Amino acid sequence: MSTEASNRETHWRRTRTLMIVHMVIWFIFSYLVHWFATDLNAFKFNDFPLGYYMAAQGSLVAFVVQLFIFSWQQHKVDVECGMAESE
Amino acid sequence: MSFFRMQGSFIDNLPKIYGFYTGGFVAFVGLMALAEQFGMKEDTIGLMFVGFTIFIYALIGWLSRTMQLDAYYVAGRQVPTVFNGMATAADWMSGASFVAMAGGIYMGGHPYLAYVVGWTGGYVLVAVLMAPYLRKFGCYTVPDFIGTRYGGNFARLCAVLVLVVASFTYVTAQINATGTIASRALLIPFGVGVWLGLAGILLCSMLGGMRAVTWTQVAQYIVLIIAYLIPVIWMSNKQGFGAIPHLVYGDAILRIAELEQLHQVGILKPAVSQGGLDALVVKHNQPADTFVANWRFVTLTACMMIGTASLPHILMRYFTTPSVKSARNSVAWSLFFIFLLYFTAPALATFTKLQMLDPNLATSVIGKTLAEVNAHVWVQKWSAVGALKVIDFNGDGIVQVNEFFMRGDIVVLATPEIAGLPYVISGLVAAGGMAAAMSTADGLLLAIANALSHDLYYKIIDPKADVKRRLIVARVLLIVIGAIGAFIASLRLTDILGAVAWAFDFAMSGLFFPLVLGVWWKRANKAGAIAGMLVGLGAGTWYLYAVKWGGMVPWWGMDDVRFGIVGATASLVAMVVVTLLTPAPDKATQDMVDEVRIPKGDTILGTTH
Repeated sequence: MSTEASNRETHWRRTRTLMIVHMVIWFIFSYLVHWFATDLNAFKFNDFPLGYYMAAQGSLVAFVVQLFIFSWQQHKVDVECGMAESE
Repeated sequence: MSFFRMQGSFIDNLPKIYGFYTGGFVAFVGLMALAEQFGMKEDTIGLMFVGFTIFIYALIGWLSRTMQLDAYYVAGRQVPTVFNGMATAADWMSGASFVAMAGGIYMGGHPYLAYVVGWTGGYVLVAVLMAPYLRKFGCYTVPDFIGTRYGGNFARLCAVLVLVVASFTYVTAQINATGTIASRALLIPFGVGVWLGLAGILLCSMLGGMRAVTWTQVAQYIVLIIAYLIPVIWMSNKQGFGAIPHLVYGDAILRIAELEQLHQVGILKPAVSQGGLDALVVKHNQPADTFVANWRFVTLTACMMIGTASLPHILMRYFTTPSVKSARNSVAWSLFFIFLLYFTAPALATFTKLQMLDPNLATSVIGKTLAEVNAHVWVQKWSAVGALKVIDFNGDGIVQVNEFFMRGDIVVLATPEIAGLPYVISGLVAAGGMAAAMSTADGLLLAIANALSHDLYYKIIDPKADVKRRLIVARVLLIVIGAIGAFIASLRLTDILGAVAWAFDFAMSGLFFPLVLGVWWKRANKAGAIAGMLVGLGAGTWYLYAVKWGGMVPWWGMDDVRFGIVGATASLVAMVVVTLLTPAPDKATQDMVDEVRIPKGDTILGTTH
């Protein structure tokens, strides 16, 4: 197998893993925490009931931060596998 | 302003240009505030705000005119990351987000926050599954991807069909919103306002296509975010919550819970319902506690998220960035700019509720005497236009929570008046709502017209058409579709046109799996994609009809705004089954998928195609 082909394979494998990791995080903040909102409301975060906080702000902050990290990680994968665009 | 045509220097100068623009807009607001002190009439201020901003957008649209294909379809693929983020945010946040979201949270409480989560989290799907790959593909439109990846005009045609159904559902609501705001600010009849709004929208998009829409959307984002944030921050300062109210309103939520007990919110129900106006009957922070209620929360969230990742007017914004990497970054910036508004909406809803409920505040209405409530200027004003109603059912002279009715929109539109801010802020809010509705309408109209002109006309009907002809067809279609949209909006068939949410359900029913699997499943083939699109759209539409008009009992509480769950599931099953029953795509197609998956190298489709 040529290096190019094996690089491509590594690149796609790492890309796929990264995708799955971020889909899991997305699932947690999109659905899981809100399913248990009533239970979370027993806790306080910065004076907010936690269940309310997650739906009004917490999940949103998580998504924004997640996307900047994802973008950085995917670019790193692209560069390390020699698949990045030439600048 | 010749720099608008000198592309290189224009792009380099963007921060400076929009810096000046923002400064100019702030100066304009200051000028209006001054004029108000000197006795300018309220109507004139409203007119100035809406008129002046539309004029600026139209000017940008005219300066961005073009006769080049890639400038018209994808803004020359040179929109910088952060600016594309702003443009996407304006494209995304509709009149509904701007005007109705805070009101929805006010009335609907925790369950309504499903929209807040859904309309932000969808961008994770866009960034991880879609945008970078579609950018690498180099398509002009979303059906362009479907048509090339799966091959054949029929697949392309199916994608055009889904796109038109979803986007058209959405665009009439936006034209309707521009008409409403224009008629109120410019003091003209609604029917005239709709056509005037359309004229403004077309001025922004017709001459310059995607390039013009991009630069007006950036300008519109700046106006709408200033208009949304300033009243909230001002109001919170007045109430002693500090300059960044978002971080500190936890106490207000607990206080509201006390007041809800005092006023018996959720216990007192209106004796007679008032069509279109609502009394507060849901507690502010009462999450779902049954399986079905939880299921309704997560399915609504899922529909809005998956719909986000399938709506062509959003996806096509990421075709305009210079590279795959910048497309990915741009999604993150888009979400950041959207986040600024969406994490403000719950804060606004909370503050407004506190002002209405807390008897210690001068602004409160619930629990006060009828005479006190009717003495508020804003109560009189909004009652006069039918957006508010106070009825003392039990005749005790006190306004109970089930005797105060209002339209949710008031939470945003009347905030400045409730908090006693100067009228100039109301003018600013009107300009913001107009910017939000216009920018979304622009993106949607362009998505429809581009799909029809590029995919239907050029790719299917007349592949030999030259550039000039293609661009003329694109513009004629833009006008025709806009006119149809405005005509339908002017009929005010809002009940039949239904919710903006339907657009998301239609898009996810037909397009989500064909798009995602086109990148992530090499085996996916033409027959499968066609089955996915048609079965998904068909099943979704059937369920919508059955639940909304056919009298069917919704499955597990999934009402008409959640029909995308049924549509998308059917789409996935149909696509996988049909793909596996038919031969794998040929080697050329599989190689193409391999190329799409890596950022380096040329786009799949040429720069002009």
